[in-house]
Amino acid sequence: MTQDAATRWRPRIRQRNTIGRGFALLTIVSTLLGIAVLVALLVDVFGDGGAQVDGHFLSSYPSRFPEDAGLRSALLGTLWLLVLTAIIAFPLGVGAAVYLEEYAPNNWLTRFIQLNIANLAGVPSVVYGLLGLGLFVRWFALGRSLLAGAMTMALLILPLIIVASREAIRAVPDSQREASYALGATKWQTVFRTVLPAAGGGILTGTILALARAIGETAPLITIGALTYIAFDPSGPMDLFTVLPIQIFNWVSLPQEGFSDLAAGGIVILLIVLLVANSIALFVRFRLQRRFD
Amino acid sequence: MLGAGAAGVLAACGEPDPATQEVEKIAAKEVVAANIVTVAAPAGPMTGMILADGSSTVGPVTQAVAEEFRSQFPDVRVPVGVSGSGAGFKKFCVGETDISNASRPIKASEIETCQSNGIEFVEVPVAFDGLAVLANPANDFVDCLTVDELRKIWEPAAEDTVTSWAQVRDGFPDEPLILYGPGVDSGTYDYFTDAVVGEEGASRGDFTPSEDDNVLVQGIAGDRSATGFFGLAYYAANKDKLKLVSVDGGDGCVAPSPETVNTGAYQPLSRPLFIYISVPAAERPEVQTFIEFYMKNAGALAGDVGYVELPPNIYDLALARFNNRVTGSIFEGEGAKVGVSLEDLLS
Repeated sequence: MTQDAATRWRPRIRQRNTIGRGFALLTIVSTLLGIAVLVALLVDVFGDGGAQVDGHFLSSYPSRFPEDAGLRSALLGTLWLLVLTAIIAFPLGVGAAVYLEEYAPNNWLTRFIQLNIANLAGVPSVVYGLLGLGLFVRWFALGRSLLAGAMTMALLILPLIIVASREAIRAVPDSQREASYALGATKWQTVFRTVLPAAGGGILTGTILALARAIGETAPLITIGALTYIAFDPSGPMDLFTVLPIQIFNWVSLPQEGFSDLAAGGIVILLIVLLVANSIALFVRFRLQRRFD
Repeated sequence: MLGAGAAGVLAACGEPDPATQEVEKIAAKEVVAANIVTVAAPAGPMTGMILADGSSTVGPVTQAVAEEFRSQFPDVRVPVGVSGSGAGFKKFCVGETDISNASRPIKASEIETCQSNGIEFVEVPVAFDGLAVLANPANDFVDCLTVDELRKIWEPAAEDTVTSWAQVRDGFPDEPLILYGPGVDSGTYDYFTDAVVGEEGASRGDFTPSEDDNVLVQGIAGDRSATGFFGLAYYAANKDKLKLVSVDGGDGCVAPSPETVNTGAYQPLSRPLFIYISVPAAERPEVQTFIEFYMKNAGALAGDVGYVELPPNIYDLALARFNNRVTGSIFEGEGAKVGVSLEDLLS
């Protein structure tokens, strides 16, 4: 039997190498495909909307005349929402992740919580909008304010931040925790001075991806009643607001010519906001890592 | 910016002479701006917030009024939401908003909700919206359809049975009937089915629906045997791609236009648009001034955003109705009467 198998075995080294090279080629194609789609998207969007973006576009309020219209209130609303959501969601998300990874006993309750956080990450965003409407807008009586919007968005992205932060914390090798304890550090000191700095890069990446999702969302904000026409600057967390995706959606739905170009311009601004937020996170991550290394 | 914006528009429609076009655009705008009627402000600086929400069809009218109002009263904030007629009334009847935009009259159930929360309201019409029936420009046999023929095309019984133009009228060629229409949640669909089929929300199911009117334009423009309907404003922006079909409501074929909608000759496919003002909010001076401004300028501004202005005396009657705080709905919760005469109802 084994004799048989041994005689039937052929090295076929060339065939196997060919398959190996084919696989490598496939992975390259997958990578390039993603980049090609991104480049096509950028070229298309900047081609349509690049000409719209200038000082007037950024500093004007919406108008029924396409050549007068701008997205000042929507841009400010998005920036406010981004910052408020980050302030609410980041500490809660990282706190929950630290508890689940470092403190929580391994029992059925912890496993139940973990399972449900993973489930929450898949809930459609409009459901969070309904929750925000009932809980924050009506019950907390925050009205259709920036704060209510930011709290709704924070709920929406909390599961994403928790899951990403847990992965990052779990990736920190136990040898580093043990080294910290060996030097006499308490659990709290170990978490703050060893685990979190080491996991910082992964936590930040997860947070920024979650925030990027938040500023692209429209459905939950429409549900809680964010408005489409705002001709004043939001000046505090209790102000009414609109955001870029809502303004873009509104422009796309108008019949008059010119508004679809404005929508493309709005998408350019939304992309720039995203890219800037991403680069800030990358910069902070780079600094953190250098300090830690 | 003006140059860039106008140039973008021109590139899209391929006009030959950018400079002339731009001058015309600016000129047209100045004419409109000159038409804006200012209103007398009460003593003291006007401040405050007027919350408006509701129909996405009426939203552009209120937004245009708010935009012009802002240049006279910069300290009064008038944010406008477009959550839909029904969702707008939900907020309005619990006192969350001051003004509710609606592309249909308030329903009996909504009136009850308002009453149980102690919210009385004044109902005023602001503009007309016409529904246009469209065909492909290559279609050389359809110029006019009677309401009966439209019913034959759209009624629920037509599903899977009326599939050819030959079945609509003797003499039409045997070409497939391809249908496009607004989504079934829209006020436009409700109004069309009410006016044509006779029952709100009843139609065949085998047509291509879209909430995005641009999709309907592309669909009808891309298929020579297609037909469909949507708001007149969308036809005005796509005249070169579509063929407008006249409608015979019993008194001969009438094509929708600002004139025929305004005079009421285009029946039954034109409908009034409304705003509802809450009586508690109407106590505030900034709301009173805003409504006066609205009634004096809605006519000019409605045209800007693609609707048809009401006859001037209707705006006077509507303002008087507001000033006298005549509450309740002139439709008494029974829905839009097709081919309604606002003048009879208001006076």
